[in-house]
Amino acid sequence: MTNRFSDLANSANLEKSIAPSRTWQQRWLRPLLSPDVLAPGAVGLLLLLFWEMGVRVTNMPPYLLPGPLLVFQTLVSEWGTLFPSMLITLKITLVAFIAAVVSGLLISILFTQSKWIERSLFPYAVILQTTPIVAIAPLIILWVRQAVPGESSTFVSLVICAWLVAFFPILSNTTLGLNSADHNLINLFQLYHASRWQTLRYLRLPSAMPYFLGGLRISGGLALIGAVVAEFVAGTGGTSSGIAYQILMSSFNLQIPRMFAALLMTTALGVAIFVALTVFSDLMLRNWHESAVKREN
Amino acid sequence: MNPSSAFQLSDVSKVYTNGTVALKNLDLTVNEGQFVSLLGPSGCGKSTVLRMVAGLGKMSAGTIYWGGSSQRRLAYVFQEAALMPWATVQENVRLPLKLAGMSKAAADTAVAEAIALVELTGFEHSYPRELSGGMKMRVSIARALVTKPEVLLMDEPFGALDEMTRSRLNSDLLHLWQQKQWTVVFVTHNIYEAVYLSNRVVVMAARPGRVVADVAIAAPYPRTEEFRTTPLFNDYCREISGCLANASGQLLLRSDAEAKAGDVINQVA
Ligand SMILES: Nc1ncnc2c1ncn2[C@@H]1O[C@H](COP(=O)(O)OP(=O)(O)OP(=O)(O)O)[C@@H](O)[C@H]1O
Ligand SMILES: [Mg+2]
Repeated sequence: MTNRFSDLANSANLEKSIAPSRTWQQRWLRPLLSPDVLAPGAVGLLLLLFWEMGVRVTNMPPYLLPGPLLVFQTLVSEWGTLFPSMLITLKITLVAFIAAVVSGLLISILFTQSKWIERSLFPYAVILQTTPIVAIAPLIILWVRQAVPGESSTFVSLVICAWLVAFFPILSNTTLGLNSADHNLINLFQLYHASRWQTLRYLRLPSAMPYFLGGLRISGGLALIGAVVAEFVAGTGGTSSGIAYQILMSSFNLQIPRMFAALLMTTALGVAIFVALTVFSDLMLRNWHESAVKREN
Repeated sequence: MNPSSAFQLSDVSKVYTNGTVALKNLDLTVNEGQFVSLLGPSGCGKSTVLRMVAGLGKMSAGTIYWGGSSQRRLAYVFQEAALMPWATVQENVRLPLKLAGMSKAAADTAVAEAIALVELTGFEHSYPRELSGGMKMRVSIARALVTKPEVLLMDEPFGALDEMTRSRLNSDLLHLWQQKQWTVVFVTHNIYEAVYLSNRVVVMAARPGRVVADVAIAAPYPRTEEFRTTPLFNDYCREISGCLANASGQLLLRSDAEAKAGDVINQVA
């Protein structure tokens, strides 16, 4: 048979070579100047402006509400004590997050291997999720202190608390994703006598990818919240205390600008985690999934 | 059973779990190398027949006997293209070979051949979302052909294509079929397509799905485009069109009766 499509294919290649390759300005500058960044940026600036003006006009004392300028100055001057604390919180968050990803993924795979396992265990995952972390954090801290005495005890208990909060979105999203593979493709795999492992590797896991990544974005933020809440409960002193401890101490000592600075850091960390996971998710899906693909219609 | 038969469905019934009787006491024998078209109104169970032949889902009753060719050498082109959206054209076509444990290097020639067969050379690295509906369907056909099957089940493979492409792929398919000696079961809504391609056209009626006519198309191969304009071709088309009208008519009458009986559930389909 002759190739009636070859000229068509050639013209497609031609178009590709005509299209200019993107420069670094296009890659980095354009996204920053896009309405997605400019619009919320403008709103934020306006709010800060009103805040600063309001504080000045009403002569608000800084221990009630500091202006954004003062908060920023405090952030700079207190950087030496706040930044190490933030790193500690970040470390707890990351370890808990990775543990949540690994365990969530493994357990959801286990669930898809047998309906019975899912039926028997899923309710307990829900119970774990719905138990308020503030309420059980003291218990966890107590137990872990028995099991792991010494320096790392607090770290371990904080990681467990953050993991408990971050784990469920990954589990439930990935389970949903693993079960939502296209039924025609499932039939196709069956037709070609694919093994369980092949079906998982080549069909179920890729199908679950968008769901898994959605869970990732939720649970990244939750891991941070879990870490901060648990730090509040634990209230550790000494050198290895996280950002929540700094917020707590600042408020006890009525160093409200410092408290705001620590708060600002925590929020910035949360946003950074979210942005990083969003970029990662778009990279993973850019070739095929509707959420990441720019369609021309 | 007849030694030259590829497979034989004997007294097959299929009731889906929601109670729909998709097939009832259906007998169908397909001989080696035969090109059989299944024709019938929408929802009469054509896809279900193919699924039973492919061993997808249990039959409620009846048996299937396999003759010379085996169920293992079977390929299925689904009604939807059913491509993996995360994989390129090439990876999609390679899938059956990959599942059979063939290495990438060993599979490469077969994959390139199959892609050339459906004339998608140059699109190997495109993703499904970058293809038109007809192109996706052709990828799906290439994926079926890559294993060099003996039995080919095709569920309305050309339904999404324009008339020009359809008739070209029709003649390409005929050409390939003669060359490779496949046994083909071909589902279609198109009477002309069925008559042009097949040795045999099987007309089905719905609710319950059953065979109502089995027409042998006694025209020699190779069939050229001129065959479509011969009186013989027209006669066959008229005959089968009559069978189909009967089948659909029965369907309408039955639905009326069912509606009166208050049985609305079966109608939704
Ligand atoms: N998975 C399913 N569960 C329940 N009922 C089903 C299922 N698949 C098909 N059916 C029913 O079985 C009957 C036959 O379906 P089938 O898909 O075989 O029809 P078809 O002849 O291929 O129709 P079409 O030409 O529209 O593709 C229909 O009434 C349909 O509603
Ligand atoms: Mg169908």
